[in-house]
Amino acid sequence: MRGLLIAPVVIPLATAVLLLVLRPSRRVEHALSALGCVALLGAALMLLVRVAGGGVAAMQLGDWAAPFGVSFVADRLGAAMVTVTAVIGLAVSVFAMAEIDDRRRRFGFAGFVQILLGGVCGAFLTGDVFNLYVWYEVMLIASFALLTLGGERIQIDGAVKYVALNMISTLLFLSGCGLLYGLTGTLNMADLHAKLPAVANQGLVTAVAVVFAIGFGIKAALFPLFFWLPASYHTPPVAVSALFAGLLTKVGVYSLIRFFTLIFTGDAAFTGALLAAAAAFTMVTGVLGAAAQNEMRRILGFHIVSQIGYMVMGLAIATPLALAGAVFYTLHHIVVKANLFLVSGVVRRLSGSGDLARTGGLYAQAPLLAALFLVPAFSLAGFPPLSGFWAKLFLVKAALEAQAPWIVAVLIGVGLLTVYSMTKIWAEVFWKAPPEPRAALPPLRGGERALLFGPIVGLAAITVAIGLWPAPLFDYADAAARELADPRDYVAAVLGSRP
Amino acid sequence: MAADHAGAASSPGARALTAIGIAIALGFAGALASLVPAVAGGAAPSVAVPWLPALGVALAFRVDGLSLLFALLISGIGALVLLYAHRYLRGHPHAARLQLFLTLFMLSMLGLVLADDAVVLFVFWELTTVTSYLLIGFDSESAKSRRAALQAMLVTGSGGLALLVGLLILGGVTGTLRISEWIAAGSVAGQVAYTAVFALVVLAAFTKSAQFPFHFWLPGAMAAPTPVSAYLHSATMVKAGVYLLMRMHPVLGGTELWFWTLTVAGSATALWASIVALRQTDLKLALAYSTVTALGFLVLFVGAEIGIAITAAVTFLIVHAFYKSALFLVVGIVDHATGTREAQRLGGLARTMPTTAAAAGLAALSMAGFPPLLGFIGKELKYEAALAIVSQPLVLATLLVVANALTFAVAAVVAFRPFWRGEPETPRMPHEAPRRMRAGPLLLAAAGFAFGVYPELVGRYLVEPAVAAIRATPMEVDLKLWHGVNVPLAMSVATALLGLAIYAAHERVRAVLARAVSALPLTGERAFDASLDALRSFAAFQTRILQGGSLRRYLFATWLVLPAAVGSVLVLRGGLAWPASPSPVPVYAWPIVLLVAAGSIAPIVTTSRLASIAALGLVGAGVSLLYLLFGAPDVAMTQLLVETLTVVIVAVVLLRLPRFSGRDHPGSAGRARDAALAIAAGTTVSALLLAVLASPLDPSLSDWFAANALPAGFGRNVVNVVIVDFRALDTLGEITVVTVAACAAYALLKLRPGASSEQEGA
Repeated sequence: MRGLLIAPVVIPLATAVLLLVLRPSRRVEHALSALGCVALLGAALMLLVRVAGGGVAAMQLGDWAAPFGVSFVADRLGAAMVTVTAVIGLAVSVFAMAEIDDRRRRFGFAGFVQILLGGVCGAFLTGDVFNLYVWYEVMLIASFALLTLGGERIQIDGAVKYVALNMISTLLFLSGCGLLYGLTGTLNMADLHAKLPAVANQGLVTAVAVVFAIGFGIKAALFPLFFWLPASYHTPPVAVSALFAGLLTKVGVYSLIRFFTLIFTGDAAFTGALLAAAAAFTMVTGVLGAAAQNEMRRILGFHIVSQIGYMVMGLAIATPLALAGAVFYTLHHIVVKANLFLVSGVVRRLSGSGDLARTGGLYAQAPLLAALFLVPAFSLAGFPPLSGFWAKLFLVKAALEAQAPWIVAVLIGVGLLTVYSMTKIWAEVFWKAPPEPRAALPPLRGGERALLFGPIVGLAAITVAIGLWPAPLFDYADAAARELADPRDYVAAVLGSRP
Repeated sequence: MAADHAGAASSPGARALTAIGIAIALGFAGALASLVPAVAGGAAPSVAVPWLPALGVALAFRVDGLSLLFALLISGIGALVLLYAHRYLRGHPHAARLQLFLTLFMLSMLGLVLADDAVVLFVFWELTTVTSYLLIGFDSESAKSRRAALQAMLVTGSGGLALLVGLLILGGVTGTLRISEWIAAGSVAGQVAYTAVFALVVLAAFTKSAQFPFHFWLPGAMAAPTPVSAYLHSATMVKAGVYLLMRMHPVLGGTELWFWTLTVAGSATALWASIVALRQTDLKLALAYSTVTALGFLVLFVGAEIGIAITAAVTFLIVHAFYKSALFLVVGIVDHATGTREAQRLGGLARTMPTTAAAAGLAALSMAGFPPLLGFIGKELKYEAALAIVSQPLVLATLLVVANALTFAVAAVVAFRPFWRGEPETPRMPHEAPRRMRAGPLLLAAAGFAFGVYPELVGRYLVEPAVAAIRATPMEVDLKLWHGVNVPLAMSVATALLGLAIYAAHERVRAVLARAVSALPLTGERAFDASLDALRSFAAFQTRILQGGSLRRYLFATWLVLPAAVGSVLVLRGGLAWPASPSPVPVYAWPIVLLVAAGSIAPIVTTSRLASIAALGLVGAGVSLLYLLFGAPDVAMTQLLVETLTVVIVAVVLLRLPRFSGRDHPGSAGRARDAALAIAAGTTVSALLLAVLASPLDPSLSDWFAANALPAGFGRNVVNVVIVDFRALDTLGEITVVTVAACAAYALLKLRPGASSEQEGA
């Protein structure tokens, strides 16, 4: 069991070491990174089964008892996030085998991907605030490496903005660590849950909570902290955007959920209202930003922002149903958003551009791709019976039960604008006639086709399956939400006894 | 989109999908037909499988009189339309897709009318929106089709979202999502939430069923191939809103609000659309507007409570489904055979297209309300109901007579004049349609005749159970062709005379109408376009402000959040605190503090990058000295090392960069702004630190580290033991960071592509 908890970090990091040190041939490299992802997925699934059956699991690294060493903890939320990370890692790695050129491959592409996966998994499983900070740094540097790899000017432009703005997140996060430590003398999350209520100056605790919220809010791309995302996500190769789109912002969302259910719960009404306002502005500005774009990945990038708002809104409402909705939304969104980016990659491959004006005709030319676009696009827009429909339904219901009609109005209105954006892509890329003269691009070969379409089909199948059989995932999300709402099991698993 | 791929054979895929679609349609029709006697006897077969038990959502379906009537129309007409469409689009490269979408649409529609669970109903409601989007945009390379599809999607989609909210509120109020349980529990008019639920459900129904002022999407949707219009936009989807109103009648009906909203909206829609219908010269558009008229009638009568009004609505629903889909299919044939749908160019087609002409004539007679067709019975019932539902029926009765007379004239324009008057001036030599295309309209038109002659069949087995379901009480319905000489009959005669007069003058009326309508300042469509334009320009404006592409502004905005949010929270939540006995700054530390302060001010003042970086190095060095003074020599060493390296590396990099140009570097106002922000952020962080210092430090962790470093960690340097043992994972992570940084830097230096000129822009 203890090995299982750290395996999702060890497997990708070990794979990365092999990839970066051995610098193997193309074939071996592909096999290695696929193997690493499959192993990660296997470990994640085992962890998921274990946690779903036996509740929160914890281990103390080096056997140094909590809160003195670093604790690793898997609850339902963490285990699910690790699992979906593995799924996205596998999908993106396979897609990248067809997309990433040899130059980028030789300079460590696959290794950076694995390190990013390791960092993301570490963030989802650690039970220590400072250790979380370390995984944030790992993610930041690995994502920086992936963003700049290739060195095209547009990439560098995006990467500079990405890093400069994310450094603020890093700084605030680190300052927050210091402040928390100064207040409580501990950085173990479970320990903080126990000790923070004893701090006399609760107003200060709320202020520190806001410091963390800004740090995580930058990562999650909340309003008004999201500038880095639309500035950078359309610049690297599509596989990289898809990986980022699926995972990076969600680490921020995860951290917000973790901190505001486990650690900063003392001033819930106030912080909830703050988060709700931020979430609402995020949803609206994001979706309007998307409406103003005319390039596929830029549209999708702004939609990440907008959708993050939905997840944080679930956290802000904070009822068990709303939290379950937030968890469900996050898991669904990771699959759907990564897939949309992958589809944009095939569009680029087939039309030579992601610019709406320079694409067209794929409805006739690539009917399979058209169908595969509709699944994640309409899921994102909330059409039934796809995963996104249920995610929105839960949040709308939660907002209704919380007597918050303005939240309902925002959820619904943004949903309609999401439909607008998705149909815009559909009409321009697929329906309209291709522009003349058409770019002369080589047709897809069999192997390339399989590598590009395989991941898209797989992720679309997940979206459809969740849509048609929502009960298993909802029940899981519901149980995860109950763990979050009542962290006694979490604390007991880490500190060894029920407080 | 008169598909002319004559000669081309249909693809095997299209053939297979057609066969499958028709088989499904006939299977449903047969199964449903076998339920007719039982349902007429009052039974309501149902089935329910849990879907999302945690929220009480079940895949529940139930066949009562209302569902059965709709489902029979959907599957029966569906089979005929599929057969027709197969021939209509023969050889079209996307013919198979059309059949697939039509079949999916049919299934969605069936699910919608058979659903007994509110969420399931909504699921199918949205599926009809999605499939109709794909069908309206079928001719996808035409910008007009794409626009029409988007319009329909957004208008009915917003209604759909309203429906979801309305149904969820109702579910919350009643504690169940099962529609039959809602109906059994009766009206919720007394609930606080009633008005909200009513408004949301009615919005959904009005958008879907094209009520004024949301009606404009329906004529636009005529961009779809004709079989699609015949199916979706006359017989089925546009009636989904009416279905919803009928379904919710026992739950939401019977109030003043319900009555007046539906009556006013329904009559306004009927009258307005019947006027605009006459204006059209495109036969298909004329039919589309006359469909809006019919939908207005239906909504008007569903607004009432009394049995005769509901009977009128149900009967007219059937009447309209038959004649309108028949006429659409006829127009499709005419279009196919002659190459035009323009009323003025068509004439005398009965000679070359006798069967089509017969179908058109029968359907038009039903539309105009002549006996012995079912349309006559429908019209008589409408008049009877109009006289009964309000105490002062004069206005309503007049309105109905006028709207019906206009419909009469439209029927003549669409289905009489092209066949029996004048000579054709068509692009193509008219010829009779192939058998498969004639079957649908002929059967549908004939049904209007047969049921007119034997109305008791429809009355007893279809209308009566449906009326009972809508009113949630059994009621006997006896449809008769002859009601004796009474007021409705007199109104019918008046309608016919007025209709003839309008037809005789329709060319002149049309010209007047065209001018009048185009002079209108605001229509639903223009409002829609204006709001879409407004949305686009606001989105563009907002994005220019927020995401302008300048890193300086991004940094400023992001940093601004720190003092704005944290600072105000500190004040608002009373978090400010001053350490009880702040240890005084020792005298020898003051110069260092001043050095640090000077180092932080310098970058604001200077315009030289090198000076800035040197000044920041000063800050770092000063802080290291402070560490040293306060007893942390190892941390001071590390800090000094890092600072020195940073300054050296950055300075080397800066030397290679061009000097600041005026564009990159802010003016004095900008710098003042930056300085203010820096001071605000610094003050906020200082306030936080002071407040933290004001609370007691819990030393249990550091005590434990100090106590255990040697015995458990075998090291005398506590910091080292923490780094390499107690918290070794952090160190592993940091090593990873450094390694990746090195690899990334190496790649950046070595991997140089051809420069691309793209920038973020936005």
